[in-house]
Amino acid sequence: MSSSPGASTGERAAAPAGERPPVGALVEVVDLVKHFPITRGVILQRRIGAVRAVDGVSFEVRRGETLGIVGETGCGKSTTAKLIMRLLDPTSGQVRFDGRDITRLKGAPLKAMRRDMQMIFQDPYSSLNPRKTVGSIIGDPFAIHGLERGRAQRKRAVQALMETVGLNPEHYNRYPHEFSGGQRQRIGVARALALRPKLLIADEPVSALDVSIQAQVLNLLRDLQARFGLTLVFIAHDLSVVRHMCDRVAVMYLGKIVEIGPSDALYRFPRHPYTGALLSAVPVADPARARERRALVSGDVPSPANPPPACRFHTRCPKVRERCRTDEPALAPKGSGTEAACHFPLTEQEVARMHVVTGPVRPA
Amino acid sequence: MSATEPLLRVEDLCVRFSTEDGVVHAVDGVTFQVLPGRTLGIVGESGSGKTVSALTVLGLTRRMGAQISGRILFEGRDLVALGEDRLRAIRGNEIAMIFQDPLSSLHPFYSVGHQLIEAVRAHRPVSRAQARARAVELLQLVGMPDPQRRVDEYPHEFSGGMRQRAMIAMALANEPRLLIADEPTTALDVTVQAQILALLETLQRELSMSIVIITHDLGVVAEMAHDVAVMYGGRIVETAPVAPLFAAPQHPYSWGLLRSIPRLDTPREEQLVPIPGTPPSLIARPSGCHFHPRCPYAGPECSRIDPRLQPLPDEPEHYVACLLEPQLRSRLWGALRDGATPEQALRRAGEPARAVELPPRAREHR
Repeated sequence: MSSSPGASTGERAAAPAGERPPVGALVEVVDLVKHFPITRGVILQRRIGAVRAVDGVSFEVRRGETLGIVGETGCGKSTTAKLIMRLLDPTSGQVRFDGRDITRLKGAPLKAMRRDMQMIFQDPYSSLNPRKTVGSIIGDPFAIHGLERGRAQRKRAVQALMETVGLNPEHYNRYPHEFSGGQRQRIGVARALALRPKLLIADEPVSALDVSIQAQVLNLLRDLQARFGLTLVFIAHDLSVVRHMCDRVAVMYLGKIVEIGPSDALYRFPRHPYTGALLSAVPVADPARARERRALVSGDVPSPANPPPACRFHTRCPKVRERCRTDEPALAPKGSGTEAACHFPLTEQEVARMHVVTGPVRPA
Repeated sequence: MSATEPLLRVEDLCVRFSTEDGVVHAVDGVTFQVLPGRTLGIVGESGSGKTVSALTVLGLTRRMGAQISGRILFEGRDLVALGEDRLRAIRGNEIAMIFQDPLSSLHPFYSVGHQLIEAVRAHRPVSRAQARARAVELLQLVGMPDPQRRVDEYPHEFSGGMRQRAMIAMALANEPRLLIADEPTTALDVTVQAQILALLETLQRELSMSIVIITHDLGVVAEMAHDVAVMYGGRIVETAPVAPLFAAPQHPYSWGLLRSIPRLDTPREEQLVPIPGTPPSLIARPSGCHFHPRCPYAGPECSRIDPRLQPLPDEPEHYVACLLEPQLRSRLWGALRDGATPEQALRRAGEPARAVELPPRAREHR
């Protein structure tokens, strides 16, 4: 691939080996569960059930990598992100960050820990306070944590951040409405970077943006990751965007991870029928290839309040057999680089028949 | 263009809205046609005028205070000149439309069956019982499971995909000749999107309808459309049958769109090339070619001369509105397709890099 000096630092290989952050997991998630109660009644609320948004997921995010979480509406990907950030308290399970259990952290230690993890949200319109100037939005993290004290010093720090994300530092005193969607997303990125976090979680950071603007923000995130050695969790429903951005990918369905592994392996040879169905459903911008493919999975995603027993995908799975209805499969390596939770993983012939389209893979 | 008579022909359509800030030129001289049984895909970003064009075909911008000029010929009748009563007889009958968000297009107070019966009886003198039978038949046609029971349910009882099916059923109530689908799958998950796209294709074959599909998703266009129109800043900048449009696109904006999306069929590490700047204001429009402030290949003439949509010399169905030399365009696209950045493409095409004079706001995006 080509690269011009000004335009890109997207190639991750470009980072010198010496600057690589230490290996190992930055985030470890163990058996994480989050159930939201469903209640009936106004004053006397009775609990009549639970939305099982996240229902026992375990994974790790390695230092310096980008982990993608994909899945359809209601699969629990955003809830997982909020649990890692401790914006929600888990029903059970554990989140370890930088080797430390943060699941029950409160007060000052929680606040201190939050310096190291930041989030970028989907909607650049509702995630910025319209009554604050850009300078004070980006400077807020400093104020909250008592850093960069003094007006001149803080202004310098904020303007340096604006420069970093490609905003004009002279626009320090402008308000969010004076910026376009893509620029607002840059403001969100600058705010997230202010405290030099170790972990950045981006929840659908480009899905509210126009096509021509999306690439600007995606390139920016890749640039910044390479420059600052960030660990990135990238949540999206768009499989092409996730493939472009992520080293490893976790596919979620109804509160569970159904497949996880390196991007190249997962996109080339998906083993879980749901991963295969997702990939074959993506419309590809090539008319010659597009005509061959068909919808493979029928029906809608079942309600997370009442998920199917055993394998949750069995109600829609083209390969379903009796065992899938009674016996829940665990995530396990299937010999092609990914781990899948499936009793009857896809074979190479089946993947070929699904017309999963994947591009050439970078030589090893 | 083609020997067959078009079902719909839009000629030099302009739609303007007067606002406090000035006149919004939402659609600025648009010409396109839809052939019988074919699908036209209109691609563009927000504010490109694609939805306003479609709404105007149905006469739905009239009440919004739009000033409309040009002609919209549907089977020989000019819909712009038609009175509201005559238009109402066509709308929902010969031309139907489905929208992005099925929840806001279905009435929450009435059962789906009630709304389907209404759609049928608006244009046909049939009894309620007959209309109800037709409603069940329509739900079956769009692949609704258990239509006998579902017909009495309310929109909130349906999932997103089922609502979109119900809305398609309503649009098909009177077997329209033309279906306009405005971002019909944007609010849906990808597996459900695949189902709805497959359904539209099946219905098109069975009912021999023409479809206009409006979308920002190039994948959806590649999959669904026979012909494509690319809109930018209220204008069509390129239009062609789907194969040449994707294989040999001619307009720099089309190149920009194709190179700025990550795709499943290109190498993973390929660098995306964003289109610099932001979409144009439709009030204070750029001079000359509307795309020139963001175009890396624009020359001095591009800010002065407004290019007309013209057919390519060797491809009579492929139209482009661009001042660049055709040979230069094909050299540039050749380089871009192989992964070059715009600067590299210019160099390889033997052209000096152009100093794009971006307005300050646009410059910081690069």
